[in-house]
Amino acid sequence: MQFYQALTVLFKRELLLAFRQFNEVLNSLLFFILVCSLFPLAMTPEATTLIAIGPGIIWVAALLATLLSLNRLFRVDYLDGSLEQLLLSPHPLSGLVLAKIIAHWLLTGLPLVIIAPVFALLLHLPNEVMKPLWLSLLLGTPLLSLIGAFGAALTVNLRNAGLLLALLIFPLYVPILIFGAGAVTGALAGLGYAGQLAWLAALLIGGITLLPIATAAALRMSIT
Amino acid sequence: MYAFLYKLASPKKFYQMAGQLIPWCSGLAILLIGYGLLGALVLSPADYQQGDAYRIIYIHVPSAFLSMFIYLMMAFCALLSLVWRIKLADVVLTASASIGAWFTFLALITGSIWGKPMWGTWWIWDARLTSELILGFLYLGVIALKSAIPNREQKDKASAILVLVGSINIPIIHYSVYWWNTLHQGATISRFAKPAIAPSMLYPLLSMIAGFLVYYVIVMLIKARTEVLYRERRSTWVKELFK
Repeated sequence: MQFYQALTVLFKRELLLAFRQFNEVLNSLLFFILVCSLFPLAMTPEATTLIAIGPGIIWVAALLATLLSLNRLFRVDYLDGSLEQLLLSPHPLSGLVLAKIIAHWLLTGLPLVIIAPVFALLLHLPNEVMKPLWLSLLLGTPLLSLIGAFGAALTVNLRNAGLLLALLIFPLYVPILIFGAGAVTGALAGLGYAGQLAWLAALLIGGITLLPIATAAALRMSIT
Repeated sequence: MYAFLYKLASPKKFYQMAGQLIPWCSGLAILLIGYGLLGALVLSPADYQQGDAYRIIYIHVPSAFLSMFIYLMMAFCALLSLVWRIKLADVVLTASASIGAWFTFLALITGSIWGKPMWGTWWIWDARLTSELILGFLYLGVIALKSAIPNREQKDKASAILVLVGSINIPIIHYSVYWWNTLHQGATISRFAKPAIAPSMLYPLLSMIAGFLVYYVIVMLIKARTEVLYRERRSTWVKELFK
């Protein structure tokens, strides 16, 4: 089997498995929606406050939703043994891992990107910031999946890895949070936001290049 | 040179050499910190703006320097361990992690105590403070990962990979936080500029930094010796040692 064939097969398998268990995909989306709607209840429904904290709420909710979805990424494959088959295949593991990460992003990151403008409306964010919000999420959520996959690979064979995973990856998420929410707040203040988006794009390119290698190394380490 | 390094990489030799090195290092640390404290508390004048309160710099700056230096050291060890499979690098990495976390904690605490009279607040979301805090989280992540994995080889490898990824991320975190918000005074000592500090304050400060560095080496060697003994507990030389 050629490398690209293996990639397509793996990619299709991931999507198929996810669609068979579609409620799991919906759960993380539902979680995102719930977190976003808890903030106005906890603080104040006033538009001025919501505008000020809105970008932060959306980004933190995206972070948490990604964290919760990471369990599915390698854990299920580890338990049923198919992860070992991936490791044994003659193809470069980092490429296969990247295919899994892209599938994960399509199922958890992309829905957030699509639904986020609705929440921007509910949080009274003005129309001008829709574009930076949308672009920053589009560039930032794949990074969340990439870094999260690294953390999930490090902890794949540990019991109760949930909190440990948060401790491992949240410090690494800091730049994404700053640039992502910063682009939106910058646009709210009438400033340019191209710089933050350029940084996110640069981080994304660096992440796609390096993180699958680190993730593959972590997987090989976890399963010996 | 290579023969020396090769010898050093064997656990037995390391154990003996570290044992011989510790007393010398202790003497050096006492000298350096002694001179540093004398200069810091007695010889150097009070700051024209901050009064005597600035003297906490003699603890704060060395701790902050060490917190970053130890992470670099760990990243170097991680590279040695992953690329050249040097077992001793894992020992040093393990021994360094908790020391680094404590120095980060010390830098944060002293910074907070210094911040109260100078900025009027215990904590501020300033760039340097925040990146120091995140550095602390990175240390805690490494320690937590180590304690969660039962198997030793896996533990070593996992923490080495995590430290390497973290070390690539540290400059990104630092600069992203820097652009986000800064209030902190600029760096006092820079290699490239004339230091913005009087020599009577500078030399005690440098001496304190060197003293803290040697102190780190001592504690690290002590912990590494214990770790080596534990890891080699089934080998003959350890058994003979404790006959």
